[in-house]
Amino acid sequence: MLHLILFLFFATICVAGAVNLLVQSHPINSALSLIVVMGSLAAEYLLLGAEFLAAVQVIVYAGAIMVLFLITIMLLNAGKEERSKGSRVATLLGIPGVTIGGLLVAWTLLGRSSTTHSVSIGALWGDPKSIARLLFHDFLLPFEVTSVLILVAIMGAVVLASRPEAVARGPRKDAE
Amino acid sequence: MIPLSYYLVLSGILFVCGVLGFLIKRNIITIFMSIELMLNGVNLSFVAFAAQWHALSGQVFVFFVMVVAAAEAAVGLAIIIAVYRTRETLNVDRVNLLKL
Repeated sequence: MLHLILFLFFATICVAGAVNLLVQSHPINSALSLIVVMGSLAAEYLLLGAEFLAAVQVIVYAGAIMVLFLITIMLLNAGKEERSKGSRVATLLGIPGVTIGGLLVAWTLLGRSSTTHSVSIGALWGDPKSIARLLFHDFLLPFEVTSVLILVAIMGAVVLASRPEAVARGPRKDAE
Repeated sequence: MIPLSYYLVLSGILFVCGVLGFLIKRNIITIFMSIELMLNGVNLSFVAFAAQWHALSGQVFVFFVMVVAAAEAAVGLAIIIAVYRTRETLNVDRVNLLKL
């Protein structure tokens, strides 16, 4: 029972944050409501017994990635978004279509009755030890591949975000 | 006991909100945040199924999704900065030419 109440509480916060992301017109407000969504999702992960994942969700997602977003918004001084003809068409067609699709999915899923083996609070089975064994043993190759991916992404970000004239000029003279 | 379908419906709602934001938002940064929202919805269903089948590999996959999301955020925001530098706008309707 407590599980259900906690689930519904955090699910409500989660959905409210997601809807708020759509409603707000200023990107900073959208980013902050996305942080709310991620925080409440971390609570949902805890309810599912994934303790390490909940911590990583808060640290990496709500921490690192969202800070990247906020820094970009502040760096570019992004203002309120302006409405255009195309966005009105997308709103008119998109909202009904997506709502119908979502209701269809919900109807299909709720028709099936299977329960999770809900864990009791405190009995967390997604502990770092077993996750690490899986990650560094069974999934070692994908793990290494993702490390290469991160390296490529870092280099790509540096090249893309650097000024073109700075790349053409080469290393700065005054650095020597 | 919470039915698995509740978690799946929640993740579906999050995904749908992400799709909707992708369609109706005009600010390129907000569109990017909608993509993150979709990834979060998918992550929730991964964790729910991992709890259902007591298979930790579902949780490990969420880590991979997070890594991809981080890489995507880094590259995507760098592209956004490059776009803003050349066009002076973040509105996707005004970014309609490949070449300046």
